[in-house]
Amino acid sequence: MSLQPQRQILVVFPHPDDEAFSSAGTIRLYRNMGVPVTYACLTLGEMGRNLGNPPFATRESLPEIRREELKAACEVMGIDDLRMMGLRDKTVEFEDDEKMVSLVKDLIDELNPSLIITFLPGYSVHPDHEATARAVFETVRRMPKENRPTIYAVGFANNTVAEKGAPTVQIDVSSVKLDKVKALQAHASQTAWMIEENTKRSDEGQPMSDSWLHYERFYQVDLED
Amino acid sequence: MKEVQVNELQELLNSFANKDVYIHLETTNGAYASHFDERVFNAGAFIRNVKIRYELAKIISDTPHRVGLKMNHGWVYAQGITHYELDDKGRLLMAGLDFTGKLAVALEISETPFSY
Repeated sequence: MSLQPQRQILVVFPHPDDEAFSSAGTIRLYRNMGVPVTYACLTLGEMGRNLGNPPFATRESLPEIRREELKAACEVMGIDDLRMMGLRDKTVEFEDDEKMVSLVKDLIDELNPSLIITFLPGYSVHPDHEATARAVFETVRRMPKENRPTIYAVGFANNTVAEKGAPTVQIDVSSVKLDKVKALQAHASQTAWMIEENTKRSDEGQPMSDSWLHYERFYQVDLED
Repeated sequence: MKEVQVNELQELLNSFANKDVYIHLETTNGAYASHFDERVFNAGAFIRNVKIRYELAKIISDTPHRVGLKMNHGWVYAQGITHYELDDKGRLLMAGLDFTGKLAVALEISETPFSY
């Protein structure tokens, strides 16, 4: 489907690299059209498990590495408004719910987005993803109906398609596939093993299905209740 | 971080004994463990910037290593420690990295608080 025109996009994810896997192509396409994109990244992925063996980082040095990776990824995607929100990885769900709503509301009040890209509540696997999605959905639900932005929600739990059907928005990102690959590569501490694995499979004549580099899929949610 | 050298790490552990220290202790099998394999029971624990004081520390030479801290009224221990370093802020960072380089356990000791 063709891209719907947007006034301003707000991307809300908890971890550096969530945006690259799910939305880098879509973001790049909108930036190429001149649509402003703000990315609110709630944590720095401080609790990432991949430190390497032999290790390239410690638990304490990882956040600074990921901060720089996030900035590099944003450059690739063309995001010039990156907000690092200062929460800690794996603690988002334990924050006060009203504080989380305020955090999202402040962003919406400031930016007046026509589209928010985030996770789909109930189908986004990681507790931080779920907490982020809940906060965004609750904030939008509290807005007057006529002011509510559209939400593109990312769901990837194993039961998502069975329970929610196929994603309702499929964006062809083939033309910016290389930018998406570069955004993923920018998050090297998280993706180097994956890229290495894919190269290995290609060498063995079994390239990993790269459909996810051609299409990004979302559930469009227009909250009506 | 480098691989554990028992004698050197024991000396570092001793150097924090009988002082007020902050600890970070973490075990995890990853937030995605049961997403990738639904038979996995996902469990973990996390504690950061809790101030303790230990009187005795011991590292056991089995690999991966176990590190235990005996306090006046209790215990702290971590199982699966493979790597460590004394970082540029004088903090003793210990970690257990699995065969694929993923952190499974961490125990860190510092005389100053860790970041948030």
